[in-house]
Amino acid sequence: MNNNPNVLVKISNAGIHKNGKWLVKDVNLEIHRGKIVTIIGPNGSGKSTTAKITLGLFKRIEGSVERFTKKISYVPQKVSIDWTLPVRVMDFMVLTEDLEPQEINDALTLTGVDHLISRNLRDLSGGEFQRVLLARAIAKKPELLVLDEPVQGVDFAGEVALYGLIKKISETLNCGILLISHDLHVVMSATDYVVCLNGHVCCSGTPVDVARDKHYKELFGEKSSQLLSIYEHDHDHVHTADGDIVKDNV
Amino acid sequence: MFDDFLFRALIAGIGIALVTGPLGCFVVWRRLSFFGDTLAHSALLGVLLSVAFDLNISLTIFTVSSLIALLLLRLQKTTNLPSDALLGLLSHSSLAVGLVILGFLSFIRFDIMGVLFGDILSVNVNDLLAIWIGGAIILLVLWFIWKPLFASTVNYELAEAEGMNPERVNAIFTILLAALIAISIKMVGLLLITGMLIIPTTMARNLSNNPKQMVILSIIGGLLSVFIGLYTSFEINTSSGPTIVVVALILFILSLIGIRKRNYG
Repeated sequence: MNNNPNVLVKISNAGIHKNGKWLVKDVNLEIHRGKIVTIIGPNGSGKSTTAKITLGLFKRIEGSVERFTKKISYVPQKVSIDWTLPVRVMDFMVLTEDLEPQEINDALTLTGVDHLISRNLRDLSGGEFQRVLLARAIAKKPELLVLDEPVQGVDFAGEVALYGLIKKISETLNCGILLISHDLHVVMSATDYVVCLNGHVCCSGTPVDVARDKHYKELFGEKSSQLLSIYEHDHDHVHTADGDIVKDNV
Repeated sequence: MFDDFLFRALIAGIGIALVTGPLGCFVVWRRLSFFGDTLAHSALLGVLLSVAFDLNISLTIFTVSSLIALLLLRLQKTTNLPSDALLGLLSHSSLAVGLVILGFLSFIRFDIMGVLFGDILSVNVNDLLAIWIGGAIILLVLWFIWKPLFASTVNYELAEAEGMNPERVNAIFTILLAALIAISIKMVGLLLITGMLIIPTTMARNLSNNPKQMVILSIIGGLLSVFIGLYTSFEINTSSGPTIVVVALILFILSLIGIRKRNYG
């Protein structure tokens, strides 16, 4: 049942069992309008799998996934374009939905690659390609945006700017975002809800809750919990899972 | 005018080139050239069944090739064998079954060379109708599924995530290929139809930088191959199907000059 109109996706006890092994199990997750949910975890912990479960890309899963929107954009972890397929950025932008030239231009400008519009996708660098992928995803003005490591290969300054952009998009489009990332330091400050994954959900909650969790410390090491101090200095309040401010921290 | 066999062949060739251009692009983009071969081989089975039971040849080829294509999609899902092994399995088993049936049909005069390489003299007005009506339907369906088919060619999961149902358009595309083979076998022959699909397309790839341009150039390449190939085969008395494919090959070689210029100059 979905009583809350802000819920875009509801995942209950979801998992994938393949060749006698759980790729990921017991995932419970809700994605709300205007909020960013971030999945963190080591390699092979099932982050991309969880993203694909959210998108309904598996035929048979345990548990259930309910999606309450059809306006979905996806930035996959890896997109490779075959040499035989000549695609320019402008062709790629309208891959799944027709857009006005203005909309294409605006989105490319937001991610800083509007000058590449006539270039062939294969001639782009890794970072430029990621920016194009992100631009295509937001140009559609989706209600749900699933981003699987959207800033890989982007230079550090660009990385911070793109995370800022993602945050801004969730507000301006009021869309729910599922973000998968390795960059703990940036992510922890720009997200509403964190799921820490290692084959199963080992802890989840607001960034502060997760950073204090002992499972999180075990997974990412003592050093990563120092991030908490950075985080707490950056902010003077705490959010609930819905993003409401519950108390002042100062 | 339709009494002239050369004219009929030309009209047939134009019709086929208009369809092989766009379909060939998807065959190359999706790395399906071996799949085209498999469908073409299974067409022999279709031809022989139609001779044995006195059925319409195009319809029988279409049915048999479609069944083989759907069987392949099914096997890809239910077994762990890699696609190329499955294609080889279906391709050669249907060819072998066809040849065994041929042994039983010794009482019928049957021109196997015509089936393998195409026989231009045998193209009649009914074949022209099959090519043009069938071809128009193929292009119309392709037009309708273009966007989801193209999106799932670029990235299957992205297309599926954004609501495009790639599985269904893949199956439809496969059936379109079977239909193309059914209407063109008499003209080009089953050994060479894949060449007709992919050679003008690879030429077009060398000269184009976006998908639409590549489709248009591969249609033009196909048309040129048909025009020059038919004229040459008539002048120097060679078989039409192979001559058309040889012309396509020459165009491809010429296009390599274009790509060298673009990459180094």
